[in-house]
Amino acid sequence: MDNLLEIKNVVKTYGDFTALNNVSLTIPKGSVFGLLGPNGAGKTSLIRIINQITMQDAGDVYFDGKLLAPNDVEHIGYMPEERGLYKSMKVGEQALYLAQLKGLSKSEAKKRLKYWFDKFDISAWWDKKIEELSKGMAQKVQFIVTVMHKPKLLIFDEPFSGFDPINAQLIAKEILQLRDEGATIIFSTHRMESVEEMCDYIALIDQSNKILEGKLDDIKRAFRTNTFQVGVATSNLKEVEERLRQLYKVSTADFKIINEGLKLNITLKEGENPNDLLSFLTSQGHVQHFVELVPDANEIFMQAVNKNI
Amino acid sequence: MSKLKLIIHREFIAKVRNKSFLIMTFLSPVLIVVMGVLVVFLMKKNDEKVKEIVYVDASGLFTKENFKNSKTVKYQDYTALGLTETKKKVENGDFYGVLYIPKKDSLELLAKSIEFYSSDSPGMSLMNGLENRVETHLRNLKLTHFEIDLMQIKASEIASNIKMFNFSGEESSKLINGLKIAVGAIAGYLLMMFVMIYGTSVMRSVIEEKTSRIIEIIVSSVKPFQLMLGKIIGNASAGLLQFFIWGILLFVISIIASAVFGIDMVEMQASKIPQDQLNAAKEAVNPDKLQLILQEILRLPILKLFVLFIFYFLGGFFLYSSLFAAVGAAVDNETDTQQFMLPIMAPLVLGLYVGFATVMNDPHGPIATIFSILPFTSPIVMLMRVPFGVSWFELAISMALLIVTFVFMVWLAAKIYRVGILMYGKKPTYKDLYKWIKYKG
Repeated sequence: MDNLLEIKNVVKTYGDFTALNNVSLTIPKGSVFGLLGPNGAGKTSLIRIINQITMQDAGDVYFDGKLLAPNDVEHIGYMPEERGLYKSMKVGEQALYLAQLKGLSKSEAKKRLKYWFDKFDISAWWDKKIEELSKGMAQKVQFIVTVMHKPKLLIFDEPFSGFDPINAQLIAKEILQLRDEGATIIFSTHRMESVEEMCDYIALIDQSNKILEGKLDDIKRAFRTNTFQVGVATSNLKEVEERLRQLYKVSTADFKIINEGLKLNITLKEGENPNDLLSFLTSQGHVQHFVELVPDANEIFMQAVNKNI
Repeated sequence: MSKLKLIIHREFIAKVRNKSFLIMTFLSPVLIVVMGVLVVFLMKKNDEKVKEIVYVDASGLFTKENFKNSKTVKYQDYTALGLTETKKKVENGDFYGVLYIPKKDSLELLAKSIEFYSSDSPGMSLMNGLENRVETHLRNLKLTHFEIDLMQIKASEIASNIKMFNFSGEESSKLINGLKIAVGAIAGYLLMMFVMIYGTSVMRSVIEEKTSRIIEIIVSSVKPFQLMLGKIIGNASAGLLQFFIWGILLFVISIIASAVFGIDMVEMQASKIPQDQLNAAKEAVNPDKLQLILQEILRLPILKLFVLFIFYFLGGFFLYSSLFAAVGAAVDNETDTQQFMLPIMAPLVLGLYVGFATVMNDPHGPIATIFSILPFTSPIVMLMRVPFGVSWFELAISMALLIVTFVFMVWLAAKIYRVGILMYGKKPTYKDLYKWIKYKG
């Protein structure tokens, strides 16, 4: 087990307000880790602690096996939710400056910037000021300055906000490629469809507490209810439904299939085999639809948060 | 450390490249000199305009001898025409004004009943001149009345010029005292202006980083304290650069200007001195005296002044700009800064007032001394005192206190800054600032 970041029993308070209450997280190397939670849950506080913008009141943060140290900022790239660049500074100068603050030499920074500017096809913007760029253009620059020093850990807070779908796709691809090249990615968002698409692990923070953490697949498994959505085309609808209601917990479902027929959600009890259900259905008619209802990240999020209230 | 250097460099470049910096740096010395030259030029023109004044002497005590023409005023005797007719002439604009000397029983009464009529209200110097003439003549009349020989009085007049020395053997004079006041006042005033201009510039730069939201990216790379320090040092360097450029430009431009306009600098300075000192200064214009003035200027502790100016500028600037930075961090936009600005501005302005009010009269008096040691006013007041010679002991206390205070203030401001830069949306109160100071880490 190789973890890039281990957060152990971290507490952060602002005066009387507790922003993080004994939060522990383990972020495996090379993963995309989704940090989820409603607004004000404590995500930003945690991210700021990892970035050493603020210090925790108690608890420890281990980075690559060692206690987090000031120099580690050079191995972390952070794109905050509220994007920001110097408006009246030229794009190139600004990127160079930020790269040097992250510990790159000027010549190395220039080389890497050229690579990224070419890749995104924005070399022509080098001498433009940020205030002359559109929001989407500035976002691209922002992305580059976040990743150009090849950090071991990348933290994206709502990375897709402000991007149109095409550019969001481009950025998502780049993020996954960075992961494939060895970077570990923390991904803070409320946009659950992107979580589904990108994250290997997730943690859910709500009201300053961590309420859920693990592999996305495992969590999904834990949250699944053994419910199947079935669609059967049969001549004697009523009879089949009656039989099913006797055997299982059944509710009506609404989805679209080509031929109208019986549409139900069927929840199996502990120890019941979906194969038995399927063979029963096959014997009754023509099975057109048979899908296990696995909760998506959004439902898990809603369920977990509601349970926590 | 190299990150600090990067920040200083960026702040310096951002400031120096700014258009307003360029304009301020290169245009204001030109403006100052041009205005100065213009004022002198206009004053000269004004003086060249001759005023014609007529007098009606009903008392018969005055003669043409008492009303000799001067450079700017010509006198004519209109006693024969009578006051009413003469007044009409003045009203028609034939003359500037009419002086009426009535016939009275005693000189005392006469002295209080003399009248002057004119369409415009006359200037101070004209009236002073007229009163002088009348007074001198009436006094002479009285003296003759007491049978005192006027020649003896004239012969008994003696001018004393007390030479002033201090114990380090430096000779001083009234002239150099004036110079010291001027140099001190200019240095103190300049320092206040620089602290205010560059202090607010630090504040603006903090607010800009906050509103553009880049602050979170920067502080994920450097410590907030480094950023604040870099900002302060960067702006201070820009300020010093501007100061040097001004010095050089002022020197060059005034030489060129004086050559072009043919106004020599001594006259230019003399024109700013009130009437009664004018003569003394005029006397000084002859070549020997001019050399003396130069010598006197050179004898001022210029190097000491220069070094101390730099020191107090930096000390004062660190002290105040850290406060400005804290204010910038606490607010979201410039309009919210006002409530915090007053307590910062107050000691600066107080320093300047105390300096002007006390140092000039009594540079080593208790108030001047105390305020030149108190850290919040010492940069201004001490600079004003330095030309008069301040003991090393006092200087050392003042400088040490300033250093201790600015280190403390920078530390305190950094605590507010660190929290403030990440706070949005709420207009903080002093209570909030106090809470922020107490936050850990």
